[in-house]
Amino acid sequence: MDPAFEFLCRMGDNTLVLGHRVSEWCGHSPVLEEDIALANTALDLIGQTQLWLGLAAEVEGAGRDADALAMTRDAWDFRNVLLVELPNGDFGRTMMRQCLFDAWHDLVLAELRDSTDDRIAAIADKTSREVAYHLERSRDTVIGLGDGTEESHARMQAALDRLYPYVGELFETDAVDAALAEAGIAPDPGNLRDAYDARITGIMAEATLTIPDSRFAHKGGRDGVRHTEHLGHLLTEMQWLQRAYPGATW
Amino acid sequence: MYAQMIQSEKTDEDPRALAEFQARIDRGEKIEPKDWMPEGYRRTLIRQIGQHAHSEIVGQLPEGNWITRAPTLERKAILLAKVQDEAGHGLYLYCAAETLGISRDALTEKLLDGSMKYSSIFNYPTLTWADMGAVGWLVDGAAIMNQVPLQRTSFGPYSRAMIRICKEESFHQRQGYDIMMKMANGTPEQRRMAQNALDRFWYPSLMMFGPSDAESVHSAQNMAWKIKINTNDELRQKFVDQTVPQAEYLGLTIPDPDLKWNAETGHYDFSEPDWTEFFDVLKGDGPCNAERMEARRKAWDEGAWVREGLLAHARKKRAAKTAAE
Ligand SMILES: [Fe+2]
Ligand SMILES: [Fe+2]
Ligand SMILES: [Fe+2]
Repeated sequence: MDPAFEFLCRMGDNTLVLGHRVSEWCGHSPVLEEDIALANTALDLIGQTQLWLGLAAEVEGAGRDADALAMTRDAWDFRNVLLVELPNGDFGRTMMRQCLFDAWHDLVLAELRDSTDDRIAAIADKTSREVAYHLERSRDTVIGLGDGTEESHARMQAALDRLYPYVGELFETDAVDAALAEAGIAPDPGNLRDAYDARITGIMAEATLTIPDSRFAHKGGRDGVRHTEHLGHLLTEMQWLQRAYPGATW
Repeated sequence: MYAQMIQSEKTDEDPRALAEFQARIDRGEKIEPKDWMPEGYRRTLIRQIGQHAHSEIVGQLPEGNWITRAPTLERKAILLAKVQDEAGHGLYLYCAAETLGISRDALTEKLLDGSMKYSSIFNYPTLTWADMGAVGWLVDGAAIMNQVPLQRTSFGPYSRAMIRICKEESFHQRQGYDIMMKMANGTPEQRRMAQNALDRFWYPSLMMFGPSDAESVHSAQNMAWKIKINTNDELRQKFVDQTVPQAEYLGLTIPDPDLKWNAETGHYDFSEPDWTEFFDVLKGDGPCNAERMEARRKAWDEGAWVREGLLAHARKKRAAKTAAE
């Protein structure tokens, strides 16, 4: 297993699966401005997927391209964290998930801009502006709804409680990460945790929300060992045309 | 069209003021929100722009139906961008309507209680990927037919919204046609999907222009006010004349045995759509009316706590700011 390929799949699968989830909101959001913003976020994430998985395919050198990786791998070959494959829930949970992810994504990309691999540094540079904007929006929404009405507060607290156990996986470190950190290609995820906690603590304080005490973390997504039941359904939908009509071009 | 069968509202103002107003329109001047305007002009425009806006919003649903199943990352991105554009069109149009003194929320409530309509076309289902091609090619194509002349409409904010919108609509039509090309030149199954999509969307697209209004008094008033620029039949003919060669180029057959070139008129002769079906759809009995309205109501009802939460937060912030000053 090539660590670079593995790492690039982790990046690209996160953006692909989250982009898919966010796109499910299209036409169904609570406010028109949110519909536009969510479609825009999904669009950015799909564009980022093309870059990450495109590079993954290139590194792999097995004749696959980004579409083949996205549309023909089965669930166990996906390397996204569990957080992004969870169903959307209500709008509050969707925005909470976005904020928890964006806060990490933004930190990682800042580090990756200094990657010793120029191709990775270039993607990080290109995508970090988009992600900074995603974070600004998701953060504002979490704060607005957390510190809004009694109902919106309760829903946002419930969302944070439900999702927080999926945050820890973002900071897991394994042999892949060690190899990449050693080569200066990518940061050791564990090293980002303090900066992340500082951010999230600030956001949640402003949102008048309480971060759960437990650091318990569900994992199994970024190494593909045990995804949730939800990923299979997501892939069934996303990959259906390519699998029903193999060999067609679209 | 996106705004179908707009009846003009009665006006009984001072004849001299009306004549002056008409003279401004005849001179090609734009009417701006602060200018005097006949009540009928204002109310007709609210209905037309509102219906147009609702169509953009409901129009997200049939295409949104395929975003999660788009066959490639590129197609997914293009479709997302398109649906996002439609939401943006809705936003510009609601803003244009607001300048006439009606809020977006009030318009939305009229959509949800059924007192305002949206275009009949969005009550048809999108059943295969080729429908994403057919919708872009035919539906956006028909919309462009109507909206290009509306760039010259007399009401300034509406005209300016149309100018912005038309730029994006031509991109929508091109991407739709591009999907059709791929499908029509693809595998036998893809060809079958493409023909099937054309079969299902042809007549509903012709219906978008509305029934013949050459004899309608409403239409005459709206044309005098430059709220309407062409008759429904003119636009429909133009659409057929433009689309037939495009279908031929794709190698697809338009589902009308009587369609033929008429050398004398210089236009295609074609069959009228089934207007009974059109009126059924307008009444609420189209294939997807119930689903479309359910989806919009659900979005609105389940979003209430979000809108209230964000408003409450904005109020708190304003209060804190004033307290600090
Ligand atoms: Fe549009
Ligand atoms: Fe449209
Ligand atoms: Fe369009």
